[in-house]
Amino acid sequence: MDQAVVANDIKRSDLREMYYYLRLTRSLEERITALYRQGRIVGGVYTSHGMEAIAVGYASALNPDDVIAPFHRDMGAFLIRGFSPGEIIAQYLGKQAGPTKGKDGNVHMGDLKRGVLGFVSHLADNMPVAAGAALAFKIRGESRVAFAGTGDGGTSRGDFHEAMNFAAVRRLPVVFFCTNNQYAYSTPLRYQMAITDVVERAKAYGMPGEIVDGNDVAAVYLASKRAVAKARAGEGPTFLEFKTMRMHGHSEHDAAKYVPRELLEEWKAKDPILKAERLLTQLGYGETSYFHEVGERVKKEVDTGTEFAEQSPLPEGRETLVGVFATEDEVQP
Amino acid sequence: MTTATAAQEVTYVEAISQALDEEMSRDRRVFLMGEDIGAYGGAFKVTEGFLEKYGEWRVLDTPLAESGFVGAAIGAAMMGLRPVVEMQFADFISCAFDQITEVAAKNHYRWGAAVPMVIRAPFGGGVHGGPFHSECPEGWFFHSPGLKIVAPSTPYDAKGLLKAAIRDPNPVLYFEHKFLYRRIKATLPQEDYIVPLGKAEVKRTGSDISVITYGAMVHLALEAAEVLRKEGIDLEVVDLRTLIPLDKETVYASVRKTSKAIMLHEDNKTGGIGAEIAALLAEECFDCLDGPIIRIAPPDTPVPFSTPLEEFFLPKVSDIVAGAKKLAAY
Ligand SMILES: Cc1ncc(C[n+]2csc(CCOP(=O)(O)OP(=O)(O)O)c2C)c(N)n1
Repeated sequence: MDQAVVANDIKRSDLREMYYYLRLTRSLEERITALYRQGRIVGGVYTSHGMEAIAVGYASALNPDDVIAPFHRDMGAFLIRGFSPGEIIAQYLGKQAGPTKGKDGNVHMGDLKRGVLGFVSHLADNMPVAAGAALAFKIRGESRVAFAGTGDGGTSRGDFHEAMNFAAVRRLPVVFFCTNNQYAYSTPLRYQMAITDVVERAKAYGMPGEIVDGNDVAAVYLASKRAVAKARAGEGPTFLEFKTMRMHGHSEHDAAKYVPRELLEEWKAKDPILKAERLLTQLGYGETSYFHEVGERVKKEVDTGTEFAEQSPLPEGRETLVGVFATEDEVQP
Repeated sequence: MTTATAAQEVTYVEAISQALDEEMSRDRRVFLMGEDIGAYGGAFKVTEGFLEKYGEWRVLDTPLAESGFVGAAIGAAMMGLRPVVEMQFADFISCAFDQITEVAAKNHYRWGAAVPMVIRAPFGGGVHGGPFHSECPEGWFFHSPGLKIVAPSTPYDAKGLLKAAIRDPNPVLYFEHKFLYRRIKATLPQEDYIVPLGKAEVKRTGSDISVITYGAMVHLALEAAEVLRKEGIDLEVVDLRTLIPLDKETVYASVRKTSKAIMLHEDNKTGGIGAEIAALLAEECFDCLDGPIIRIAPPDTPVPFSTPLEEFFLPKVSDIVAGAKKLAAY
């Protein structure tokens, strides 16, 4: 179906907001990459360059009291959940003002108050955790949904399968997704699994699945809306496979020579920001001057954030000792 | 130990069951997950009748997937529920090692999320379970910051510690000893009580040698103490009860009094909890020690199956008696 016809179901303001978050994600991650190249960031940088539509699309489809367990290239979701560019850069710089106060780096951040489960390096570990959040919603009879994902590589983990099975058996209000960007570090999909579509994996659990154009923010948003509505209605979990391409290396130190250049050229033409601009234009929701205006606005926000993060103090060494155990007042009500 | 008026004697396993039942009645947030814990009542019948009483959303039979359901418990705990997960046998906790050490243990430290949950793990030998049903895996977790670890030796402690574990805002591993399940009984108070986490108890006072131990080995040490009493050696038996947080003060106070220490446990010797406490004593109590710190623990093998092999493997009263005599001679 024509992209614009389908996207007609999305409100003008929602689509324009998603466009803003696409640009903010790109701009923020470009700044983080630049800081990395200047040697300012000590840890790794894993960007969502070329994949921004996924996090922006699904996070826009959720209610504020839903819970997300983002994948490690879901910067847009953090932004939509209210993490400011300043906080995020502070996190990358290991500063006090970062959401983990220097205890962890890069996108390994979370906040229960903002409904974001902190990312765990061990890929797919948060899939059963998100199923458990959904279990809590079901036990308490709340109309909330958990939304959790991993990459194509992560779907080979046992925890991915254990979570899918448990959620399906108990019909939990959770949506699982996979960002299939065709590579896991340097391992191409064909060495990851003997199937071409990750969505096949959902069938074994009796879970409905859908393949979605991960570079089309409107498609991601609408598919997520449908899956979330089903989960909220008590119809159980859905699996979404977002097809996309990783346009940078696995991390910024990786030149990704193992990816054929032609493949990157092909996907460059499908860039999610260009795609969103074409859609907005087609629907009459925005034109070149508007796109330019948004670009200026996000640049300013990233500049301000960088300044904030740079001024934030580093944690003191002895803060290492703080926080191993929780106190009763920190338990979620 | 406290005794109540005209209350019935209960076994160690019944004490655990009572703790779960009372906590579920007291707090709607508490729910159970595990394999075969519903209609069947659990492999050791700890949750018999619970499904009828609390329904299938508070007593959840899970698929056979320890990592998956421990992960789910973590998620539910972060949302404000109080899951109590049953490992059918402690040995299978290895399948959930990653979720326990990487997710549950680290979430609060990394990003401030409290994970109030309990994992009950029936552990230990003496029941001919063989290499996969007799293990003492507490050492794996003792080394992992962010977890609390409990191992009761009596019905009173089993009940009180489980209640305290359920009310704690952190992930707690609760190692319950299978050998003790139906072998020891006590009369419990009728009123609600807890045994606070992090407090050891001197189960027998003595003046000559401190035996520092936990779990089923507490009873072995008490037996050895009776044998040695006749030979004029007076053992003090310190039951750690909680391994993390470790009650160092009680351990140090005992060793400062007796000047001699035996570390006794059922987990393998190398890298066990006894090794850690021995090192602590060497650091903190060196000047009051009158002899070497002795470790009595099984050899570094898996737990064998056949009766003579398992008997050889497990610490015996005679091992403690011999160790104590050697130490008394210093
Ligand atoms: C369990 C586990 N094993 C290995 C790693 C190291 N690692 C980090 S990212 C990655 C590749 C991930 O691939 P995929 O899930 O497809 O996501 P992508 O990074 O390609 O977007 C690997 C192997 C890890 N984080 N977790």
